[in-house]
Amino acid sequence: MTLVHVALVLAVWLGLWWLNTRLAAQARTRWLVPVLFGVTLLLIWELAVRLFGVSPVILPAPTAIWARITSSAPILWTDFVQTIVKGALTGYLLGCGAAGLTAIAIDRSPFLQRGLLPVGNFVAALPIVGIAPILVMWFGFDWQSKAAVVVVMVFFPVLVNTVAGLQAADAMQRDLMRTYGASYRQTLLKLRLPAAMPFVFNGLKIATTLALIGAIVAEFFGSPIKGMGFRISTEVGRLGLDMVWAEIAVAAVTGSAFYGLVSLIEKGVTFWHPSQRG
Amino acid sequence: MRNLLPVLTVLAVLLLVWYGAAIRMNSQWTHDQAARAGEEVSFGALVADTLSQERPKLPAPHQVAAEIWKTTAELRPTSRRSLVYHGWVTLSATLVGFGIGTLAGIALAVGIVHNRAMDLGVMPWAIASQTIPILAIAPMIIVVLNSMGISGLIPKSIIAAYLSFFPVAVGMVKGLRAPDQMQLDLMKTYNAGGAETFRKLRLPSSMPYLFASLKVAIAAALVGTIVAELPSGATRGLGARLLSGSYYGQTVQIWSALFAAAALAAALVGIVGALERGVLKRMGMAR
Repeated sequence: MTLVHVALVLAVWLGLWWLNTRLAAQARTRWLVPVLFGVTLLLIWELAVRLFGVSPVILPAPTAIWARITSSAPILWTDFVQTIVKGALTGYLLGCGAAGLTAIAIDRSPFLQRGLLPVGNFVAALPIVGIAPILVMWFGFDWQSKAAVVVVMVFFPVLVNTVAGLQAADAMQRDLMRTYGASYRQTLLKLRLPAAMPFVFNGLKIATTLALIGAIVAEFFGSPIKGMGFRISTEVGRLGLDMVWAEIAVAAVTGSAFYGLVSLIEKGVTFWHPSQRG
Repeated sequence: MRNLLPVLTVLAVLLLVWYGAAIRMNSQWTHDQAARAGEEVSFGALVADTLSQERPKLPAPHQVAAEIWKTTAELRPTSRRSLVYHGWVTLSATLVGFGIGTLAGIALAVGIVHNRAMDLGVMPWAIASQTIPILAIAPMIIVVLNSMGISGLIPKSIIAAYLSFFPVAVGMVKGLRAPDQMQLDLMKTYNAGGAETFRKLRLPSSMPYLFASLKVAIAAALVGTIVAELPSGATRGLGARLLSGSYYGQTVQIWSALFAAAALAAALVGIVGALERGVLKRMGMAR
């Protein structure tokens, strides 16, 4: 029996793969390829769980997860507001804002630039998630401590990228601004900041996923009785894996949407950049 | 070396700010103690006390340094309280995960470069997979594998691998596509096949991209391992030290584990960087 099941799963996989190669060959149907790939994964998952009788404690089927999402929407919504809206989003805005201002301060002073930048580069590569227990102790269990973790996590990547971006305008363009008699402020606003935008958005996009991770990780070190990290850790303890997967689905969709939103803004702001053409 | 003075200045300022903050944040406790005993504290006594509390809100740098020295140099490396022991537990999982992640990333990149259906189908999902916060996955992977009888190193490495495969895949795709049309045409005029073009042109020219990604990936693998140690109820590893320190209010322990993790990350990135310089120099690509 098992052999037949394996063959069936493989047949579905190969069939859809063959269809995908056909679709990929034609320009008109190309957008279908990633969609079909995702559908294939879900289908194989569902099939495998049903055919092999995988226990829902180990891996619930996609349909079971969907049923859980629809039936416990209010809980998911409270967790979403607590973790993402209050924790991650507040931290993201504060952290990116602070990093932008610091970057301009660094840009004004060559001494700071040479001193702070190596330190910033170094800190950006460190496992900053580890500060979560400390910040939870300082700022308490509620969302403020989660926002603080997010601020620290997104600060350095955005800072390093923005400082690099402010160097992006080349000497010729800066000289031109000088011949116009432009002040530092004017040069910054009209030349340097626009030229820095591709780099800035690179940092902002990295920071979107960091913000989500930071907010959820921090909840493992103590949280009120709501929030995605809290829910995941308690549901894992109660073997409520369908709820865990429901939270993961919400986190994944939110993360993709957040990333997509920042990319959309990027497309609007840096339409002139070569990487956005064609 | 002209960066040395500014960097040292910045570090000195950071240290100073740290000491100042430690005095400020810990003074609450000192004042409370003094008020309970009905005494006044002089400024000298305040400074002395805030910098030597057993469970300070913010431990002073020398306290952290003393704790690190005590738990690395003075204890046997096999002791359960030794940071070397916990560091090794984390490092081994990180390296295994980094290895798996790198191989998976390279394999994926080769597939993406050579198969159009994979390029169109897999890449968007690889990007989407990175928007899933790993921590959402970490406890589940550990529980699932535990129920299959696998625990210890492997579950942690899987999470480390999950985090490190993506930077490698993206960098490698970029690197394998780095040769321009002219070079590819030249290979064609030499009558080189697909495998030969891959081995002699695409692979060598991808090396700078690969190493740039590896530096990101190894730092990410360490973060993944530490995070994976949090929810599993593990008692070993730097992540477990952070968690138990947070449960028992042992701030000095948290900070020393944090610094050990930072040193580990810096050392790993440094080793990959040294490898990069060596390899690129041998290939004649050093900048």
